[in-house]
Amino acid sequence: MGVLADAWTWLTTGSNWDGESGAWHRLGEHVYVSGVALLLACAIALPIALWLGHLGKGGALAVNVSNAGRAIPVFAVLALFMLTPLRTAGYAPTIIALVLFAVPPLLTNAYVGMREVDRAVLEAARGMGMSGWQLFFRVELPLAYPLLMTGLRSAAVQVVATATIASMVGQGGLGRIITAGFNTYNTPQVVAGALLAAGLALLVEGALVVADRLCNPLRKPVASRRKESGRVTAAA
Amino acid sequence: MSMRLAAQGCLAANDWICGEYLRSRGQELTDATVEHIWITVASVLIGLAVAFPLALFARAKPAFAGAVLGLTTLLYTIPSLAMFSLLLPVFGLSSALVVTGLVLYSLTILVRNILAGLEAVPAEAREAARGMGYGPGRLLWEVELPLALPAVMAGLRIATVSTVALTTVGALVGKGGLGNLIDDGVQTTFKAQVLTASVLCVVLAVVADLLLLAVQRLLTPWARPPRRQSSGKARRGDRIRTARGGPVEDATRRADAEMAEGVA
Repeated sequence: MGVLADAWTWLTTGSNWDGESGAWHRLGEHVYVSGVALLLACAIALPIALWLGHLGKGGALAVNVSNAGRAIPVFAVLALFMLTPLRTAGYAPTIIALVLFAVPPLLTNAYVGMREVDRAVLEAARGMGMSGWQLFFRVELPLAYPLLMTGLRSAAVQVVATATIASMVGQGGLGRIITAGFNTYNTPQVVAGALLAAGLALLVEGALVVADRLCNPLRKPVASRRKESGRVTAAA
Repeated sequence: MSMRLAAQGCLAANDWICGEYLRSRGQELTDATVEHIWITVASVLIGLAVAFPLALFARAKPAFAGAVLGLTTLLYTIPSLAMFSLLLPVFGLSSALVVTGLVLYSLTILVRNILAGLEAVPAEAREAARGMGYGPGRLLWEVELPLALPAVMAGLRIATVSTVALTTVGALVGKGGLGNLIDDGVQTTFKAQVLTASVLCVVLAVVADLLLLAVQRLLTPWARPPRRQSSGKARRGDRIRTARGGPVEDATRRADAEMAEGVA
């Protein structure tokens, strides 16, 4: 418990938050690289996944990409980037690595979401004379929404987590508080940095869960929703 | 002689691919690989030993299922670097720290997949076994677990592959297997070392995945694709097989999609 109290003292000491290596600056770096990377990853992955899902092609790609994403260590990719000329390009090595690891969950979930749309519903929509675009925007996209958001949440959590590892190769972010603590044998600082990083990740996850609830296009009366939630728990 | 010079040249020139590195640091590489493997194996086995009772408990008491799943998902959200750091006051700079962190991560995937597998067991199979006089233990061991095996193995494969990758972060406390070499290589800008250790990590993950796939095939002979006679017949047979294995495979696939994420 002593360490936790010391970590709390570290967190409540104003001087630890100021300056180039202070917590505010590290937090800013962390949010900046995570945000940019997540936007880039969405811009790359979602059009591809939704288009492939709409056409019903490329399932193997969607699955293999996420398998590869799991097998490749984040730390190794960051380390390799730091030995290339990218090293001098500011936050670029971190951002590129983050994008690489955010794409698989986005791609796979969006694709599976599109493919799991009930065939009968699609047939009915086609029978009603909907064009491809109408089908996509008014049927497939709303029905794929839950898995799309699952993908976004996984990607966001992944990005925030990966950004901490960037500190192990000397890049910025909240992880730097942790590695700096390790270098100076300052355990309270290590724990304080870890609490900040974990707190940020949980905050992002929580915010996205709330956003998911608010934006869900299929918000329905309680009766039918209960049915749906039953389906989801059975699957999970 | 000139071959030898050229070979030593690649170390001096700090090339990405360097045979001389492999020759001169073979022992170091082997030691790191062995450490990597045992950390991974220990973590996954302990994870499995903890996840099974948790999943059974969650199934027996549905009121706790939400709490168990929520808690393990919460653990999954915590960045690995932060997780290892939070365990530092408890374990110090030890491999127990890395193994504990990895166990906590593997729980999320394992508990979910075990639960999904058990829940997808057809009610008729359960009824039939009960009708034949199977007690709860025998029902679990001889009927439910074999039927849940594909989902459990799918979870085990995902957990193992992510654990192999995550072990590298253990370099933070000097217990990261191949991660130690990557860490050391970055700090000394030693390209051959970083690339070799990284490639070995991916190779380890792929080999582990294939081994587990083979184990799954051995354990579930009934799920093997039927031997093809004529293409038309085989295809029809395939479809029947997927239809029969429907609920379990479906649950696995969906659990896969939902877990299509990795911790970093």
